Amino acid sequence: MQPHSADFPARAADALTDPDLRRALTKFKTGFPVNRARAVANLPEFEALRDAAKAVKDHTLSHLDHYLEAFEARVRDSGGHVHWARDAAEARSIILRLATERDARLIAKGKSMVSEEIGLNAALEAAGIKAVETDLGEYILQIRGEVPSHIVAPALHLSKEQVAADFRRTHTHLPPDRPLDQPTDLLAEARGELRDVFLNADIGITGANFLVAETGSTIIVTNEGNGDLTQTLSRCHIVLTGIEKVVPTLADATLMLRLLARSATGQEITAYTTFSTGPRRADDPDGPREFHVVLLDNGRSALLGTEMQEVLRCIRCGACMNHCPVYHAVGGHAYGWVYPGPIGAALDPALIGVKEARHLPNASTFCGKCESVCPVKIPLPKIMHRWREVEFERRLSPPSVRQGLWAWALFAKRPRLYRLVTAIAMRVMGWMGKEGAFKSLPLAGGWTGTRDFPAPQGRTFQSLYKDRRHG
Amino acid sequence: MPPANPPKVGLLVTCLVDLFRPSVGFAAVTLLERAGCRVTVPSQSCCGQPAWNNGDRTTAEALARTMIQAFEGCDYVVAPSGSCSGMLRKHYPELFRDDPAWAARATALADRTWELTRFLTDIMGMDTAIPGFAGTVTYHDSCSGLREMGVKEQPRRLLASLPGVDLTEMQGADVCCGFGGTFCVKYPDISTHMVTEKVEAIVATGADTLLAGDLGCLMNMAGRLSRLGHDIDVRHVAEVLAGDPDTAPIGRAEG
Repeated sequence: MQPHSADFPARAADALTDPDLRRALTKFKTGFPVNRARAVANLPEFEALRDAAKAVKDHTLSHLDHYLEAFEARVRDSGGHVHWARDAAEARSIILRLATERDARLIAKGKSMVSEEIGLNAALEAAGIKAVETDLGEYILQIRGEVPSHIVAPALHLSKEQVAADFRRTHTHLPPDRPLDQPTDLLAEARGELRDVFLNADIGITGANFLVAETGSTIIVTNEGNGDLTQTLSRCHIVLTGIEKVVPTLADATLMLRLLARSATGQEITAYTTFSTGPRRADDPDGPREFHVVLLDNGRSALLGTEMQEVLRCIRCGACMNHCPVYHAVGGHAYGWVYPGPIGAALDPALIGVKEARHLPNASTFCGKCESVCPVKIPLPKIMHRWREVEFERRLSPPSVRQGLWAWALFAKRPRLYRLVTAIAMRVMGWMGKEGAFKSLPLAGGWTGTRDFPAPQGRTFQSLYKDRRHG
Repeated sequence: MPPANPPKVGLLVTCLVDLFRPSVGFAAVTLLERAGCRVTVPSQSCCGQPAWNNGDRTTAEALARTMIQAFEGCDYVVAPSGSCSGMLRKHYPELFRDDPAWAARATALADRTWELTRFLTDIMGMDTAIPGFAGTVTYHDSCSGLREMGVKEQPRRLLASLPGVDLTEMQGADVCCGFGGTFCVKYPDISTHMVTEKVEAIVATGADTLLAGDLGCLMNMAGRLSRLGHDIDVRHVAEVLAGDPDTAPIGRAEG
C-alpha cells in the first residue's frame, strides 16, 4: 500500500471537518473502551496475564530465529509449506506465483492487515485474478475502494446508512424496496453475495493472529466465521502474516487469546477461534488440499535488538487506538498508512521510513493512555519518543522546530542569563497583558488562533523569591 | 541515609510557574512548610522537557546535568507539576543510560523526585489542606501526573478536607486536554479539537472553578474556556490547597 503519512496534517484537518467521520468517531464514547473496561473488571487476573504475555513475547522475540524455524519444521511435518518474504514485493510475488501455478481466477480473502501492508489486492487484480474480501467491513471497503481505518473494525469510519447506499449502488439486482436499514439486513445481503465466493474460490487467503511453533498451527479469530469458510472450502489455503506472530506453545497462544478479544472488543472470546495445522488429512471430512504460510519480514527483523523491539510484541488488538484521544479526533485514514493510532506511530516509521512517517510519532501528547491499556505492555510513548530522536539525529525535523529549540536552549543552558532575560520578558509581557490574556500573539498563531493566551503575572518566581529572602 | 527531620525539599519551580504564575510556586512553598519541610529553591532554568520531547537528546542532557547538580544536596525534589517531575523521575535515568556515572546521579535524583500533592500526602502524611478558598470545583487529571507520577486521589483527598470546597467530577477527567507541550502548536487543529471536548466536559459539571496540577494543561484549558466565552475560573490546585482565594484566576486581570 502506498503511504500518505507525510500528508498527515492536511489529512487530519480534513478529518476534523468531515461530518460523517465525526459522527462515526463518537462510537468510542460508548463502544470498545467501555466494553473493554467491563471485560477487564470481570477478570481479576488480567494484570497478571498482561505481565505473562509480555514475558512470553519478549522471550520469543529474543529467540525468534529458533521459534520460526521450529514453526517451519512443524508445518512441513504436517504437509504444509512455508515461504519467507523479505519485503512486500517478495510476498506479492510468492502469492502471485502460487496463484498462477494453480490457475486461480477467484480468491476469497479473510481479514489481513499484512495483506493491506503488501498491497496484495492490487497486485492480484493486475494479474487478472479477482480477490474478494469476506470480512464484512473489508467487503464494504473493497466496494468503496477504501482502505481500513482501524485494524480490528476496518469500516469503523462509516455509518450503516453509508453502507446501505453502497450496497444499493453495487448490488444492482436488489429490488428497491429491499430493507437495508438494520445492520442485520446489511449482513444478510453481504452473506448472500459472499456465499458464492466461498463456494467457488480457487484459493483462500487469511492472515494469522498467532503462529504456534510447537505444532505448526496458525490461529485466526473472527466474529463472522468468514475466515473458516475462506480457508476450509477452497483447495488451497494461504496464510499471510508477519514473522512476529509466532509464540512457542499452544499454552502461550491461549494466554494471548485470553487477552486479545477482551482488549479489542471487550468480548471474553471471539465467536470463532480457528486453528489450522497443515492441509486436509486422509480422514478429515473437509479442509484445503494445500496449506501454505507466507512469512513477511518487511523491516521487522531490523528492530530486533534495538529499543524499538518491544513494538513487535503487538498482538493487533487495537486497544491503543480505541483509547487514543488523537485517533478519536482524526480517525485512522489521517495516518496515511496501514497501521494507524499509537501502534502505527510506533511501527510505521520502521516499515515505511522515518521521513515518510515522521508526523505520526510527533502527533502524540504522550498522554500514555495507550500504554496503560496495551495487553502486552508496549511502551508506545517511549518508542514514539525514540523515533523523534531518530528524526532529530537525521535532521528530518522541520527547521522551525530545530531553530526554536536552538534559540530556547541558548538561554536555558545559562541559568543566570535565563533568569535575567525571562525576568525582563515577563515584566513586559505582564504589562502588555494587563487584561489577563492575549487574543493574539506574534509567532503564536498555533495557540492564539483558537485559544486566549494567559498573560504572566509579571514578576518571575525566582526574582520574587530572591527578593523575599533578602527583603 | 534517611532524610533529615525536617527534610530539606528542593522546589523544582518549573518554567511555566516561574515565568507565568509565581503564585503557584509560593502556594507550593506554603504547603511544603505547613507539611513540615525545609524548603530551598536552587537556582534553576528548565528541566529539558521541550528538548527531550522533540528528540534533541544533546540539549536535554546538558540541561539535565545542570538540574542534577542544582538539586543534589536535597533530600527531596518536589514540583507543582506531574510532567516536570515526571521528566526527572522517568526520563533522566533514560537520558544517561549510556553514561554510568551520570546515570547513577540521575537515578539517585529520580528516586527522590515527587509531584507536589502526592509528596504532601503519601510522603509527608498531610491530610488536611489550608482553608481559605470556597467554591464548586472540578479536577482534571494531567496525563503525566496520573500515568507517570501516580497522582489520582491525593489532590482529591486534600480538596475533600477543605470546608466550602465541593468537588464535582467531570466525564473523562483522565482524558488528555490536548496540551502536550509543543504538540499544541505543532498540531493546533487536533489540539483544539481535544481541548474543546475537554471544555464541554468541564462546563457540563456546572463547577465554577477548574483545577489541575499542571500549569501547561491549565493555560490550555483556560485559554479555550475564555475564547469560547465560558465564565469558569481556572486555578492550579496548589493555590486552592494553600488557601489562596485572592490571586486572580489564570488568564484573568488582577482585581
